[in-house]
Amino acid sequence: MDGPIERHTISVLVENEPGVLARVIGLFSGRGYNIESLTVAEVEAQRGRSRINLVTTGSPMIIEQIKAQLDRLVPVHTVRDLTAEGPHLERELALIKVMGAGEKRVESLRIADIFRARVVDSTNESFVFEITGKPDKVNAFVNLMAPLGLVEVSRTGVVAVSRGTGTI
Amino acid sequence: MVGAEMVIRALIDHGVDVIFGYPGGAVLPIYDALFKQNKVRHILVRHEQAAVHAAEGYARSTGRPGVVLVTSGPGATNSVTGLADALMDSVPIVCLTGQVPTHMIGNDAFQEADTVGITRPCTKHNYLVKNVADLPRVLREAFYVACAGRPGPVVVDLPKDVMMALGDYGDGQATAEELARRAYRPTLDPDPARIEAAVALIAGAKRPIFYAGGGVVNAGPEASERLTEFVRLTGQPITHTLMGLGCYPASDQQFLGMVGMHGTYEANMAMAECDVMIAVGARFDDRVTGRLSDFSKGSKKIHIDVDPSSINKNVAVDLAIVGDARRVLEAMLKAWRAAKAKPDKSALEAWWARIEKWRARECLRYKQNDAVIKPQYALERLYEATKDRDTYFTTEVGQHQMWAAQFLKFERPNRWMTSGGLGTMGYGFPAALGVQVAHPDALVIDVAGESSFMMNLQELSTIMQFRLPVKVFILNNGCMGMVRQWQEMFHGGRYSQSYIESLPDFIALAESFGACGVRATKPAEVDDVIRTMIETEGPVIADIVIDAVENVYPMIPGGAAHYEMKLGPDHGELEERSEDGMVLV
Repeated sequence: MDGPIERHTISVLVENEPGVLARVIGLFSGRGYNIESLTVAEVEAQRGRSRINLVTTGSPMIIEQIKAQLDRLVPVHTVRDLTAEGPHLERELALIKVMGAGEKRVESLRIADIFRARVVDSTNESFVFEITGKPDKVNAFVNLMAPLGLVEVSRTGVVAVSRGTGTI
Repeated sequence: MVGAEMVIRALIDHGVDVIFGYPGGAVLPIYDALFKQNKVRHILVRHEQAAVHAAEGYARSTGRPGVVLVTSGPGATNSVTGLADALMDSVPIVCLTGQVPTHMIGNDAFQEADTVGITRPCTKHNYLVKNVADLPRVLREAFYVACAGRPGPVVVDLPKDVMMALGDYGDGQATAEELARRAYRPTLDPDPARIEAAVALIAGAKRPIFYAGGGVVNAGPEASERLTEFVRLTGQPITHTLMGLGCYPASDQQFLGMVGMHGTYEANMAMAECDVMIAVGARFDDRVTGRLSDFSKGSKKIHIDVDPSSINKNVAVDLAIVGDARRVLEAMLKAWRAAKAKPDKSALEAWWARIEKWRARECLRYKQNDAVIKPQYALERLYEATKDRDTYFTTEVGQHQMWAAQFLKFERPNRWMTSGGLGTMGYGFPAALGVQVAHPDALVIDVAGESSFMMNLQELSTIMQFRLPVKVFILNNGCMGMVRQWQEMFHGGRYSQSYIESLPDFIALAESFGACGVRATKPAEVDDVIRTMIETEGPVIADIVIDAVENVYPMIPGGAAHYEMKLGPDHGELEERSEDGMVLV
């Protein structure tokens, strides 16, 4: 609909029951909304609650729709638009496999050091780097690795939390 | 108590006195439990789709949830159309489906289907009960979710082993802990500041219009009473969506008729030209708005809805009020009186003068001759013959549905059952069956087209078995009238597959089931046939052979703005439809 396309990070607290992820994903595919990234894990074992973090894009009207549609799913407790609500933290973890020898291999190590990426696995022909940070930082690191023998990327997607004392 | 007995017990605890269903292997334990009691009646339909539509008719004519019981696999998949229909039209349904035993789920067992997977997008919520300990809570939640906030269908999938397992039902009451855990809590009470803002906007309006939909009907008869009270207090005009018919008395001067694609000229023009629009329980459906970019551009819009996701979905509004329609209208009445608000009398007079000019176009006019029955005439005569009784009407989907919406007048809510959102042909006859079960002594008429009726006519057997005196009033034009109309208007008169050959003789069909059949082929016969239909005690099929090429007017062609109505066949040439318009349904 009308308006500029915005990127929003939304956190959803849900009842940890079978099918709840399918409901959320089905909502997005059924109504044609975008998902850029989605993470889900149990966060309160005793109360049986999971947290879904999702990054989506759309016009302001679509973003409002997404939140209202999420909120009316029966197992959804809370929907928070972190982007709209103010300062928040976003982090992503990636495992990145690079293969190579000689100068390229040394260069990849040097860049990993600059990005504070850790080497978590090593053979004579390969490294696996672990990097944490904002999605932009992970993107930049992946781009720099591309000419240095990048062969595999595994990313968690964004997890996010608001800054300060407020809670979901 | 075993699971199956808990199911029956929960039905009784929720005041359910009748269910609609069809047995099968996976639900045999429940049918066995049903056999051993006499509080819950079971209406055996002839197809599971009809069970859901019957439950919809029951629910919409009573305001109570309709309950369905079907078996696993094909029983569940057959019910899908009904569930999708109930979701679109916000009808409270609890649908109990059998399932193969838990240890066989996922093994492609006989009559297995992933029922919760299949029904997830066409229910408000669904459950698969894998443990009998969860059953009492899930059944309570199912009724709560089906009825709370914006109503809708809920499926509870019940594996056969769970139905045979022993468990503790408890006292049937939800514990405080259970209630506290419920995540679904719709907002019912409106924000008072917004009520005051709305009242100020309505009082200051120069060209207002109320636009009320099915949400008012769903909020209970009192919501319609409050709406009527408020609209009369303001002296402002009101229109309804297809789903809203009956929530304001149609005979009242302030009522402009239905809005939308086949609504009245005055209602659509008033919507286009208004300065304040008050939407109550209506969702700005594409059948109402026409081309969105030209929809009522100059107006401030107030939108009252219990479902926040309906607000700002298609049309951006200026003042959103989330809440139950009855509570919102009560609050508005109170605020109006407290503020001693007065409508702008002189502005309203000028506005009514414009509306009367639109009304004077008599957009529903038609010409009846001596030879061929016009569908509009048949419906006018039907209305005249039934208006003095408490009559319930259902419809199928198509031209007859639009004519019924235009020519039948409803003074009260819950008397009009039609498939608005999904547009399900075959809805009306089983829905009428459900209405008749709820109101055994009332006159219940399914206004049908012959093609729609053919989609669920197996239920003739059901109405005979349960002695339900449903009347089917078929406007028979021998074709899928609305498809034919669109092919005539937009596809160069190429009537591709819209004519059904080998239609049955509906009189003989009725008689073969032991029902009565009557037929009118000339205008002079219509009144007699209607009288016979009403006076015959049992079920009747009235086959009204109508003008086969009559089209529904007025009409906003798909893709046109809502003020670009075509009033009749002679009213200007139909403009070439834009490509954007042609893709619309």
